[in-house]
Amino acid sequence: MNSIFSGTRLRDMIRSIRACKTAAEERGVVRKECADIRASINENDPHDRHRNLAKLMFIHMLGYPTHFGQMECLKLIASPGFPEKRIGYLGLMLLLDERQEVLMLVTNSLKQDLNHTNQYVVGLALCALGNICSAEMARDLAPEVERLIQFRDPNIRKKAALCSTRIVRKVPDLAENFINAASSLLKEKHHGVLITGVQLCYELCTINDEALEYFRKKCTEGLIKTLRDITNSAYQPEYDVAGITDPFLHIRLLKLLRVLGHGDADASDLMTDILAQVATKTESNKNAGNAVLYECVETIMAIEDTSSLRVLAINILGRFLSNRDNNIRYVALNMLMKAIAFDDQAVQRHRVTILECVKDPDASIRKRALELVSLLVNENNVKQLTKELIDYLEISDEDFKEDLSAKICSIVEKFSPEKIWYIDQMLKVLSEAGKFVKDDVWHALIVVISNASELHGYTVRALYKAVLTYSEQETLVRVAIWCIGEYGDLLVNNVGMLGIEDPITVTESDAVDVVEDAITRHNSDMTTKAMALVALLKLSSRFPSISERIKDIIVKQKGSLLLEMQQRAIEFNSIVDRHKNIRWSSLVERMPVLDEATFNVRRAGSLPASVSTMAKPSVSIPNGVAAAPLVDLLDLGSDDIMAAPSSSGADFLQDLLGVDLGSSSAQSGATPGPKAGADLLMDILSIGTPSPAQNNTSSIDLLSTAGINNNPSNALDTLSSPAPPHIATTASAGGMFDLLDGLSPSPSKEATNGPAYPPIVAYESSTLKIEFTFSKPSGNPQETNVQATFINLSPNTFTDFIFQAAVPKFLQLHLDPASSNTLPASGNITQNLRVTNSQHGKKSLVMRMRIGYKLNGKDVLEEGQINNFPRGL
Amino acid sequence: FSLLSSCFPRSCTFYLVLCIILFLLAQESWVCVLYFQIHFVLLVSRQGKVRLTKWYSPYTQKERSKVIRELSGVILNRGPKLCNFIEWRGYKVVYKRYASLYFCMCIDEADNELEVLEIIHHYVEILDRYFGSVCELDLIFNFHKAYYILDELLIAGELQESSKKTVARIISAQDQLVEAAKEEASSISNIIAQATK
Repeated sequence: MNSIFSGTRLRDMIRSIRACKTAAEERGVVRKECADIRASINENDPHDRHRNLAKLMFIHMLGYPTHFGQMECLKLIASPGFPEKRIGYLGLMLLLDERQEVLMLVTNSLKQDLNHTNQYVVGLALCALGNICSAEMARDLAPEVERLIQFRDPNIRKKAALCSTRIVRKVPDLAENFINAASSLLKEKHHGVLITGVQLCYELCTINDEALEYFRKKCTEGLIKTLRDITNSAYQPEYDVAGITDPFLHIRLLKLLRVLGHGDADASDLMTDILAQVATKTESNKNAGNAVLYECVETIMAIEDTSSLRVLAINILGRFLSNRDNNIRYVALNMLMKAIAFDDQAVQRHRVTILECVKDPDASIRKRALELVSLLVNENNVKQLTKELIDYLEISDEDFKEDLSAKICSIVEKFSPEKIWYIDQMLKVLSEAGKFVKDDVWHALIVVISNASELHGYTVRALYKAVLTYSEQETLVRVAIWCIGEYGDLLVNNVGMLGIEDPITVTESDAVDVVEDAITRHNSDMTTKAMALVALLKLSSRFPSISERIKDIIVKQKGSLLLEMQQRAIEFNSIVDRHKNIRWSSLVERMPVLDEATFNVRRAGSLPASVSTMAKPSVSIPNGVAAAPLVDLLDLGSDDIMAAPSSSGADFLQDLLGVDLGSSSAQSGATPGPKAGADLLMDILSIGTPSPAQNNTSSIDLLSTAGINNNPSNALDTLSSPAPPHIATTASAGGMFDLLDGLSPSPSKEATNGPAYPPIVAYESSTLKIEFTFSKPSGNPQETNVQATFINLSPNTFTDFIFQAAVPKFLQLHLDPASSNTLPASGNITQNLRVTNSQHGKKSLVMRMRIGYKLNGKDVLEEGQINNFPRGL
Repeated sequence: FSLLSSCFPRSCTFYLVLCIILFLLAQESWVCVLYFQIHFVLLVSRQGKVRLTKWYSPYTQKERSKVIRELSGVILNRGPKLCNFIEWRGYKVVYKRYASLYFCMCIDEADNELEVLEIIHHYVEILDRYFGSVCELDLIFNFHKAYYILDELLIAGELQESSKKTVARIISAQDQLVEAAKEEASSISNIIAQATK
């Protein structure tokens, strides 16, 4: 009977699987075996279970699903014989983990086996419990395990101790129950029990403060004695590893002493002698000895201040660092990172060696060393270290360049003593590893360049030289074309030569060559190309002599397959074409100096903001315009630059085109609007109008460019009110409709809306009143446009006015910028909010808000909740 | 109220709806971080075949095969003279090659790598004594024995025995129990066979 269903033997199955030449063949064999095993499981013959499970474990190891065998494990565990239990527990540990519910079924069997008369069965149960027990099982079986810690056989005691460590990790509340049992284990002579006992105490100390106090008081001296005994013990063949008696026990004792000594001067005092002994007497020519030394150093550094010991520890690390074994050097670098916290000088002494490690062929060591170097840098050694690192950047592996360049950039930014040095170093990094540099790094570089007005000439010439050699480094090219666009005239005329420079002769067409090269190279990405177009536009005014050539390059891009490029080319072309004579140079003037402080604050502080803006250029094509990164910069700068009443959105438009606000409005023939921003729009629209029709097209062009970027559409919003005719124009341009729709609810639309909602007074205090008026855009009942009007009731002016609002999760809130951030006495400002209610009809709006402003230089904060929204919004 | 939207009047950032999860941050309870000394043990052959896996921290089947794929890719491609540690997903993997087999153990960032190397060597020596100069084939056909030995060495990712002799003694005692049970079973089936003749 048996032979018919028993199938192949385990050994035969392994052989036939090994004989398979292809993966498909292997799958076939495994499938057949699994089918046999399933059939055999259904037979329910206890004689085959043993073998079936063994086969399943092998199949499991190959990565095939074996869940159907889980119940077999339980059956084997429940059977009385030792061989069945042994394989059953093994299967349990391999095929299941703590998260499977089947495991709960085994609790009872485990409980019985923990009380079994055969100590090996108890051992199996403890082992399984220690490896896979869940929190519930830990609670259920903790009393059994606790009892077994005092079992007569050491084999069970040690297993019970480790099992307890798992239990207290899973259920920290149980820690108290184990304190007494654990401390009794520390007096053991048997090494296995001692090791596990020390481990359990360590675990308890890290989990439970009471336990820590208890062991510190009662056991510190005993542990020190144990450590001294094994350190001084004679040769014991059973425990000897490379001349050291039981390094494992050494290490665990040192680890426990570390916890006991940390934060306690008395305990630390007690262990000073033995630590010194271990640190000096341990042989360091084999790995085992080094492992002990390493642990000892770690303990010395963690316990309370004993400066002589620390000198010893640093010396050991110094020895490690000069070791030829890579493993030892790796741990030395690792430890020195911790050592730097209390003895910077000592670590600085090893600087040269550490720098050598940065150049190691081993990636793990390189990474550690680089981390360490970046901690070692300070104002005094930054120049030397940076030079070393940059020199190495030239020859390092491609895959290491990213890490290395990022580190160099952060070092240079943090410690740069002067701007020219910063610019020099960044140029070197960009030249060597420009493709690996993150966006915020080159954005920061542009901000610095823009601020260093006396270095503009120098920088643009250096960039020009660099870009000729390293034209494949994308970010270098970007920075270079930005600078050439801005400071092209300085490049050609050699303005602002520094003493250290070699004079170079660059003709206007050379400069244009660089930009043309960037725009035509096949692997330039969208951002670079778009930046190049802007640069060309600017150069066309700087270099009037070759503006025809520039125009040709722009015209070529009219056929670009990328929508943004095409559009840009057409717009710029028409600007170059038509408006040559009119205030040409002022239209593309230099960017105003970018505000460094605000940029840095933004970059460091508001991560979400920077993430969202940084991510845009690369993610979506509509935003992937040259303008986008520039917007970042502008946006950041705008906070302070813009003291005029125009909004920063208008600022963007102005900067994009390089229009000087003041001069343009002065020279403009257009009607002077109440706001400079509006004026600007009029300007742009009315430039050299040949016919009304053309006026329309060009205005839509410009508007839609702006509309594609999220940011500038704000500009339109603010512009819209003083210039109603243009809104009419844009509204007729289909695509623009939606965008503007949310921003500036036109009166006509409000009229067509269904129910009208009464305005509410959302908030009123002695100084401030907020009124909300509502309108619904047609087509989307979930959406509500709210116009908030802030009215100053006090006789003083509020500055830095900020309105913040929070909504529950079912609402989405979108805030437009306020019309101003200065609220004059008894004046008002308005701000548009757009709320989308995903539970429209079920829940009405609620909002919590916070208003911050400065009153006579003092910060004032007002908060409130708005519950009185009209129903049905 | 978990969303805080803020807008600075002058910034022209259009979608500056900052979702700061203030409340979540404030309420997030301190999560107990478990420190296992060894998270898993892995034996991989030079061809990338898995010879033994033991997981002391919970990983799903999917994660397990991903871990194995990733690690064997990295470890098998490392040169011979490099250090035995790799940093991987915030952990460290200590590996050592013995003939055609790589023994790998995954530990926490702060653990003692040198000691783990010793534990690996300890295990290999015990295997060597048990099988009598162990080779890869021994571990393939007697994989369950390799597991039994590992279970006598490590529990819950912690070392339980530093004496090779003790481990050998306990294993052989258990093997004898199995043998005895087998003999008993065969003698019983003999008796039954004879009785039914």
